[in-house]
Amino acid sequence: MGMSRIELRVNGRDVEVEADGRTLLTHALRDHLRLTGTHIGCDTSQCGACTVHVDGKAVKSCTMLAVQAAGCDILTIEGLASGRELHPMQAAFNDFHGLQCGFCTPGMIMMAVDIVNRHGRPDEATVRAELEGNLCRCTGYHNIIKAVCAGAERMGEMA
Amino acid sequence: MYDLGYSRPASIAEALELLQQDDMAQLISGGQTLMPVLRARLAAPSQLVDIARLDDLRQIRLIDLGIEIGAGMTHAEVAASPIVRAKVPALAALAGGIGDAQIRHRGTIGGSIANNDPAACYPSAVIALGARVKTNLRMLDAEAFFAGMFTTALEPGEIVTAVQFPACVEACYLKFRNPASRFALVGVFAARLGSEHRIAIIGGGNGVFRWHEAEQHLDRGADIDGLDAVPLDLSNFTGDIHGSAEYRRHIATVITRRALATLS
Amino acid sequence: MNETVSNGKFGQSVKRVEDARLITGRGRFVDDLVFLGQTYAAFVRSPYAHAAIAGIDLASAQDMPGVIRIFTGRELADAGLPPLPSGWNLSSTDGTPARVGLHHALAVDAIRFVGEPVALVIAETRDQARDAADAVLVEYQELPTVVDLAAAIADGAPQLHDGIAQNRAFEWEIGSSAEVEAAFAAATRRVTLNLRNNRLIPNAIEPRAINVQWSAFDQAMTIHLTHQNPIGMRGFFAFMLGLPSENNLRVVSPDVGGGFGSKAPAYAEEFAVAFAAKMLDRPVKWTAERSESFLTDAHGRDHLTTAELAMDDDGRFLGLRVHTLANLGAYISTSNALVVSYMYATMLSGQYAIPAIHARVEGVYTNTCPVDAYRGAGRPEAAYLIERLANLAAREIGVDQAEIRRRNFIRQFPYQTPLIYCYDSGDYEGCLDAALGLADYAGFGARKAESQARGKLRGIGLSAYVEACGIGPSKLLASLGGGGAMWESCEIRVQPGGSIEVLTGAHNHGQGHQTVYAQIVSERFGVPMNSINVVQGDTDRIQAGTGTYGSRASVGLSAAVHSCDKIVAKGRAIVAHMLEVDLADVVFADGIYSSAASNRTVAFVEMAQAAHGAASFPTDQIEPGLVATSFFDPPNFTYPAGVHVCEVEIDPETGVVEVVAFNAADDFGNVANPLIVEGQVHGGVTQGIAQALWENALYDPDNAQLMTASYMDYGMPRADSLPEFGLCFWPSPTPVNPLGMKGCGEAGAIGAPPAVINAVCDALGMDHIDMPASSEKIWQLCRARENS
Repeated sequence: MGMSRIELRVNGRDVEVEADGRTLLTHALRDHLRLTGTHIGCDTSQCGACTVHVDGKAVKSCTMLAVQAAGCDILTIEGLASGRELHPMQAAFNDFHGLQCGFCTPGMIMMAVDIVNRHGRPDEATVRAELEGNLCRCTGYHNIIKAVCAGAERMGEMA
Repeated sequence: MYDLGYSRPASIAEALELLQQDDMAQLISGGQTLMPVLRARLAAPSQLVDIARLDDLRQIRLIDLGIEIGAGMTHAEVAASPIVRAKVPALAALAGGIGDAQIRHRGTIGGSIANNDPAACYPSAVIALGARVKTNLRMLDAEAFFAGMFTTALEPGEIVTAVQFPACVEACYLKFRNPASRFALVGVFAARLGSEHRIAIIGGGNGVFRWHEAEQHLDRGADIDGLDAVPLDLSNFTGDIHGSAEYRRHIATVITRRALATLS
Repeated sequence: MNETVSNGKFGQSVKRVEDARLITGRGRFVDDLVFLGQTYAAFVRSPYAHAAIAGIDLASAQDMPGVIRIFTGRELADAGLPPLPSGWNLSSTDGTPARVGLHHALAVDAIRFVGEPVALVIAETRDQARDAADAVLVEYQELPTVVDLAAAIADGAPQLHDGIAQNRAFEWEIGSSAEVEAAFAAATRRVTLNLRNNRLIPNAIEPRAINVQWSAFDQAMTIHLTHQNPIGMRGFFAFMLGLPSENNLRVVSPDVGGGFGSKAPAYAEEFAVAFAAKMLDRPVKWTAERSESFLTDAHGRDHLTTAELAMDDDGRFLGLRVHTLANLGAYISTSNALVVSYMYATMLSGQYAIPAIHARVEGVYTNTCPVDAYRGAGRPEAAYLIERLANLAAREIGVDQAEIRRRNFIRQFPYQTPLIYCYDSGDYEGCLDAALGLADYAGFGARKAESQARGKLRGIGLSAYVEACGIGPSKLLASLGGGGAMWESCEIRVQPGGSIEVLTGAHNHGQGHQTVYAQIVSERFGVPMNSINVVQGDTDRIQAGTGTYGSRASVGLSAAVHSCDKIVAKGRAIVAHMLEVDLADVVFADGIYSSAASNRTVAFVEMAQAAHGAASFPTDQIEPGLVATSFFDPPNFTYPAGVHVCEVEIDPETGVVEVVAFNAADDFGNVANPLIVEGQVHGGVTQGIAQALWENALYDPDNAQLMTASYMDYGMPRADSLPEFGLCFWPSPTPVNPLGMKGCGEAGAIGAPPAVINAVCDALGMDHIDMPASSEKIWQLCRARENS
């Protein structure tokens, strides 16, 4: 109970958040650190709009307390591009029209990068299966799939 | 969710102490089931005792029986483990299909079996393979561990530390997904241990159970196709908006047959 | 960062310019905003679907940490918050106005659907507001509930509203019943269909949100709101809050995370929050949790219909008779009376020349969430009905499903249906052939045999839909009971340096307006895309407009074209002076003004400079500056159409349906940006397939609890649910707007459901199965057939 200080490393920067025990990681990012690119689309851990990387792995930041992430290295959508240079996955989402309203997009992109981190250059079926935990209501997923496959190619070329 | 305290003990002993001091405290491992429950304000523990990072719970190793998986191993880690993939490939496949990728990065085997959700996948493998559940106090046989839905043999102050599985390459887990939640509407873990067949079913609604009649049918060397005529007690299944008890029972039969067909 | 430095061109797949902020996490959605002195709202919601409120005890909640104030419905009503307005004045056929049950922003005496807000807590933090909302004690006296449409109009049914017997809000008819009687008397064949169009829950991934700032000293309110029509909402809020004029109110809808119709109504919660902010003099923010969205975002569809189609022996359609019970939910929402009447029954002619049609629609109250416009709004229900009937007709006559459609297609345009509307243009048979080609319809037999060899049942289904977009003209809509105002405006401001602002009252929440408006203006002015900024969604910046719904891009873009024309024309007058040539000799092409009478040319940007400099032309003849405004009121709706072909494979053992192929040929008229339009079709088709197979809002018939109140129970389509789609365009440009565009936003959600169900019925060799065609339902059918 009560407030506690939580040390996190977010997008390469050491930060401290003072929050009560029930504060979700997603709220710590949005409310305390004003990193509002991480979105909240549900309350049952299904939609994936809140997906961030914790210690290099995609997780749902609404299903984790901020205190559970203490000491962890967190990457959010805001930290993906380097300067004005888009991450290849971000560029692929633009090139293939992988977003419409853009609300699920940060979670989709963070998940897509995680998929590539684990699978290299996944085929379409793998991408579809791996995106099971991310809901989109606009695109019917088709251009998202194309974007992820193309983003994977480009990440592979850069590696 | 309601406000709560949080502690991250450095050892199991310390975790036990915290639980002893506060009977409203609750263990948390990956939290992928617990967090949605807390967010829905369906539970109000005074504090969470986080054991997810305890080194003692974070290993997978070979043992005489087969393999031992630390309770804190995530589904993704189990799915990717070369040891699990070599010794019990069906278990690795099962772990790789739990929830979604993000959930597999956090959820743990210990948390899953301690919670014993009737739609959870792991209990089917634990039961079918005759696994042993290791706690800080004792070793429990699989059948003695699960006790109906959301209930286990765990006593207050008892923590699952590992699960031991026999090596088994002749096994297959098939899950028929609920189209909404993607949880198992029905899941079947079918295994052949030597000459013995073991079939465990989850998703029926009342917790994991074995289909003994089918096992006997197969042990007699009878045909897989004959399974349709083998009795499967309807009382093992409950219906809801996603499927009636009859439908669940039917699906259990179908996917049992299909799982067995994949075994050599 | 991507920069679109090239010129845009109508018809090109230009990459979206609005993406940059959204893919980098720099979008600005309402919940992202926090203002000085911010407070947070949480609602106390009824756990019962029908109850009288016997008492509310705020004592313990009021003392909880951080609580600022708690409002009840009675308190807001007493303070002057009126009941919610209805946006459409529908009358029954006998001339009596719709019987409207009063809808208070917070329930005053009675609860009529589960989740209806009862009290509003304002606190210093979101969690404190939620904690206190849990501590508000409401005493309910439960009343019997009714969910089922047929039960709701039966004698003795639980009655929702005082004075509204049998829960009937209106009984509305269209077409001639006498002509239909005659047609049926003359017909030799007929088919009958009873169907339910399942209720859907919108599920825009961004939940509804509002943040209200009030300044008591200057009586000014700023509302940030997730909405499809912020300008329209300004009028609603000014009325509801009793503000002296719309000038006291600014409504801003910044980035909005999907609408689909569900962010077009005027909602109870938003009015309550705004009213509370005015009483507190502090900013109040409310963001719905998903569980609240499930319970209270206006739902879609929910019809119970009986229809009969009369034919001759060759299967030519002679007459259609339809009776629909339309579920309104507990209240008449902003536009549900329009949706179930003029957006539904008017479209029952489909793509077919049916000489006589009569439809009767009864609007019925039930203890469920209000239903309103959702992703097609009425048109999917019409297309589903007529396209299911077409396949039944094919079975009855014994001809192929493509053939029955060919025999009945409308072939002459414009075509006046028997139901008010006049179709603008089309080539239905050409579209059919294109779709059949794309789907390799001729090769289906071989694929079916291949499936059969694997123990699977394969089916193919067609749907030839037509819908109505770009709603207008205003006069027509006003005559049907609406408030008119179906135009859209566009102002174009050219700055001295040549940068251009395009301001429109249309609202982008995924449609790519910022790209498409820029494309069109860029091409017309011959200037780079990146010199153009499209401004939307802020009533302080946009003078007038009507928002985005019903694929209205063609209306707003037409206004933009007219403003471009005005700017270009003014430029010609300025350039005539600059070059000292006759106005008639000045031509403008590719961004350059020129004249045969001069060897000098003037680029658009130079002209803009000159317009602002005002030194090179007589300002008593030509006003300085370079701004143009246009309002475009479409002379007619546009009628997009298309043919969708779905192929399914069914596992008879489990009943699981897999969509193995989906192809569509669509007539959207001219297509501004194929990349964007294809994306719109993908989303719509996905919704359509999901309605046919998985999505279903289910209320418990015993107590009217919503049983599908989360993603655990409501079957959303996911990335692994679908195959890749094959799409092509078969345009018949519309004459009703200068761009020849028809609209594409809803097409997929309209065309797909009947294509899927027709395919399922084809696979199973049966007449009909209600949506969603769940695996258990199909298994039961297969089993019953085996046993019989």
